[in-house]
Amino acid sequence: MGLEDLPHNFLTGQLEDLVKWARKSSMWPATFGLACCAIEMMSSGAADFDLARFGMEVFRNSPRQADLMIVAGRVSQKMAPVLRQVYDQMMEPKWVIAMGVCASTGGMFNNYAVVQGVDQIVPVDVYAPGCPPTPETLMHAILTLHEKVRTGEITRRRGVEPAVVFDAAPWVPEVPSAVRVSRPS
Amino acid sequence: MVIDENITTVVRPLWPTEETSEGSQELFPRKLTDPAELGREVGSVLRLPEGPTLDPTQIDIERSDDETMIINMGPQHPSTHGVLRLMLELDGEVVLRTKPIIGYLHTGMEKQAEALSFIQGSTNVTRMDYLAPLHNELVFSLATEALLGVEMPRRATYIRMLMTELNRISSHLMWMATNGMDVGSTSMMIYGFREREMILSFFEKTTGLRMNHNYIRPGGVAADLPDGWEDDVEVICNTVEARSYEYDDLLTGQAIFRDRMVGIGNLTAEEALALSVTGPLLRSTGVPWDLRRTMPYLAFDEVDFDVIVGTYGDNFDRYSIRLNEIRESVKIVRQLLANMPSGDYRVQDRKVTPPPRGRIDSSMEALIHHFKVFTEGFAVPEGEVYVAIESPRGELGCYLASDGGPKPYRMHIRGPSFVNLQALPLLMRGGLLADAVTVISSVDPVMGEVDR
Amino acid sequence: MTTENPTIEAFEGFATVASPGVAAVAFIPREHYKSVVAALKADAFEMASDVCGVDYLIAGARTLPEGVKPERFEVVTSLLSMSRRIRVRIRVQLPDADPTVDSLFDLYPGTEAMERETFDLVGIRFAGHPDLSRILLPEEWEGHPLRKDYGIGGVPVQFKSTPGPR
Repeated sequence: MGLEDLPHNFLTGQLEDLVKWARKSSMWPATFGLACCAIEMMSSGAADFDLARFGMEVFRNSPRQADLMIVAGRVSQKMAPVLRQVYDQMMEPKWVIAMGVCASTGGMFNNYAVVQGVDQIVPVDVYAPGCPPTPETLMHAILTLHEKVRTGEITRRRGVEPAVVFDAAPWVPEVPSAVRVSRPS
Repeated sequence: MVIDENITTVVRPLWPTEETSEGSQELFPRKLTDPAELGREVGSVLRLPEGPTLDPTQIDIERSDDETMIINMGPQHPSTHGVLRLMLELDGEVVLRTKPIIGYLHTGMEKQAEALSFIQGSTNVTRMDYLAPLHNELVFSLATEALLGVEMPRRATYIRMLMTELNRISSHLMWMATNGMDVGSTSMMIYGFREREMILSFFEKTTGLRMNHNYIRPGGVAADLPDGWEDDVEVICNTVEARSYEYDDLLTGQAIFRDRMVGIGNLTAEEALALSVTGPLLRSTGVPWDLRRTMPYLAFDEVDFDVIVGTYGDNFDRYSIRLNEIRESVKIVRQLLANMPSGDYRVQDRKVTPPPRGRIDSSMEALIHHFKVFTEGFAVPEGEVYVAIESPRGELGCYLASDGGPKPYRMHIRGPSFVNLQALPLLMRGGLLADAVTVISSVDPVMGEVDR
Repeated sequence: MTTENPTIEAFEGFATVASPGVAAVAFIPREHYKSVVAALKADAFEMASDVCGVDYLIAGARTLPEGVKPERFEVVTSLLSMSRRIRVRIRVQLPDADPTVDSLFDLYPGTEAMERETFDLVGIRFAGHPDLSRILLPEEWEGHPLRKDYGIGGVPVQFKSTPGPR
C-alpha cells in the first residue's frame, strides 16, 4: 500500500472511517440463489467477470458468516419464511440486495405464488433491475452498496430510532402478514 | 363436494409445526409412516413386469427410529442446485430414505400463461428452465403452431435448431461446471463458465439477452441471425470441441473424480422406464431414446449425429453422456452452419406475424396491424395438443388447450427435471451421504422447471 | 411424429377420436380408465410421460365426440410407446361433485409426482395414490390455483406513489 514510504509507521484517522472501510472491503455474500438470477450471480463470480476484484468472491454457505444476502430470483410464498429465517440468522451489520425484478417487485409474475417484492419480508438496501440483471448490473449494485456503506453511518440501521446497535434486545422489523397469504378458494 | 372417504390427503399431526415446516410433505419417522408409503420412499415402488427389482421383504419396516436420524438438506443449500430440499434418513453415513420436497420456487407460471396471450407466452415459459430457455420457447411455439397449423419456413426451422443446439451445449457446460464444483474441482467450474460465456455472448448478439431470450416465438423467431454469425459459430465450435478434450484430461481419467462417480447412483433401464425418467438419465441405462432421433421434430432427421448411451447407469455414465453430447451438438451445429438455407426467418402469415419494423413508420395499416398483433394477439383454433422435444434434461412436453381465444385456456409443461427427481430416492438408497451431492448433481435438476 | 391414426386394440368399445397430428386421443369413461391403461401398458406403452388436469368451468361449448358427456374436470394422461414410437392421450371426464379417478401408481410408479401435482393445483383426487399431499404449494394453502374459479391473485399495479398494500 505504499505505507513503507511514510516516515512514521502510524496513521491517524477516525475510527468510524476505518470500520466502514473494513466493512466495505470484506463484505461476504451468502449464497441465496433462487432462480435465473442465481446463474448470473454465479457467472459474476466466475472467470469472465471476477467478483474477486471487489473482495466479494467468498460466497459463504452459512448465513452466520455472511454480511450480505443477494436475493437472486423470485421468492415464492413457500420460500418466504425460509428467506426470513436465513436473514434472521445473519449477524449485524447485514445488507440485502434484491437482484432482478422478481425479487424487487414480483416482476412479470403478478400472481398468487410469488411474493410481490422481497421488501415485504426483509429490508432491502439496493435493488438491481433486469431479468436477469447482467453480471455488470449486479456489480453496479454491489458497488452502490459499497458506496452506501462507505458514506453511511456505522451505528444506525435503517428504520431504527434512536440509533442503538448494541442494545440487548435485537431489533425485529415488522413483517407484514402478506408473507404467507391464504387466498379464498 | 362429495369426497370418497377412502381417499384422503395425508394428515400427520404429531410433528413440530414451525413456520418453515411443510407438514405432510416432509419425511417422517418410521412409526408415523404407513408401510405403503415407506415402501415407496425406499424405492420399492417398482412393480415391474419382469419381476421386482427390490424384494418387498427387504424393506426394513421393523427398524426402530432410535437407530436412525432424519436430517434436513436445503432448501438453502449450496449443492442442491437451487432450492431443492431433501430430507434424508441416515443410519450412520448410509442413506436409507430420501424425500425431495419441492415447490420452493413455485411461480404459478401455468396460471400466468392463462393470463398472457400466445404471443406473450414464450416470455413466460422461457423463465422455467433457465439453463435451456430456448428449448422452453421452442416447445411452446411448436405446440401453438400445431394448433394454428402453420408451416415454418426452412430457415426458421434451421435457426431454431442452431440456437437450441447451442443452448444444449451451454446447458451441458453449465452442468459440467456445477458438477465439478460439487466434487471439488473448482477449475472445472471456471472452465465451464468460461466456455459458456462465449455462447452467451453469441446469444446476446442474436437475441439481445444473455438468458430468458423470448427469441423463438409462435410463427418463427424474433430476428434473423446477425451479420457475421458464421464466424462466431465457427469459433464457438472450434473452441468448445478442442476444450472438451481438455476436460477429458482434467476429469475423465482422474482417480479422485472416478472414485466419486463410477458405480455411484446406479439405475437400471427397467427402473428408469417405470419412473418415467428421460434424458441423459434414461440413456445412461442403455436405452437409446432421444426424441431428436426417435420422434424427430424440426429437421433433426436431416442432420447426422449419434445418440450417446451408457451401460451401467451410474454417475460416470451420465457425465460421459453429457460430455459427448456436447461434441455431438457441435457436430450438428457444424452441419447447420454448412447447410443454412436462405429465406424468411418467420412465417409470412398476416395473422401471426407483425409487419416489418421499417413499414411501421410509413404505413398506417402496418402500424394498426402491429398494434393489434401485440395487444390483442391472434386467435388460436379450439383444440388441444401435446408436443414434446428433447431438452438437455429429457423430454420437455407442452400440453396446450385452446378455446379459440387469443390466450391459452390451459398450458401445462411436463418438466423433465420434475419427473427425473422421482429417481432420487432410488439412486441414493444405500449410498453414502457424501455421494448424495454427486447424485443430485448427476440428475441435473433445474428447480425453475421442477416447480414452474 | 406419427401422423396416421394408430390402431390400438385397447380402445375397442370405447369412444375414440383420432387427433390430426401428433398422437391418438381417446375419451375413456372413468370407471374404465385404469383397465384401459393397463391394457395399453400390456400393448407396449412403456412410459407414462405426462398427467395433467384441466378445469373446463368457463370454456363454454366444447367440441367433443359423440357420446362423451362434457364435465367440469378432465384428466389428460399421455402415454408413450417407445417400441412403436407413438403417443396416445387419454382424456377422462370428471364431474364437479366428485373429481376422483383411479391412480396409475400401480401401473406406472412414475406418475406419482404428476398426480400429486394435479391434486395440488387442480384438486383432482386419485384413488389408490400412496401419498396424496400437496407438492408445490405450502401445506396450509387453501384452494387449488389452477381451477378457473380461483383468481390469479395478483396485486394491482400502481403507477403513482399512492399508499399501496405494503
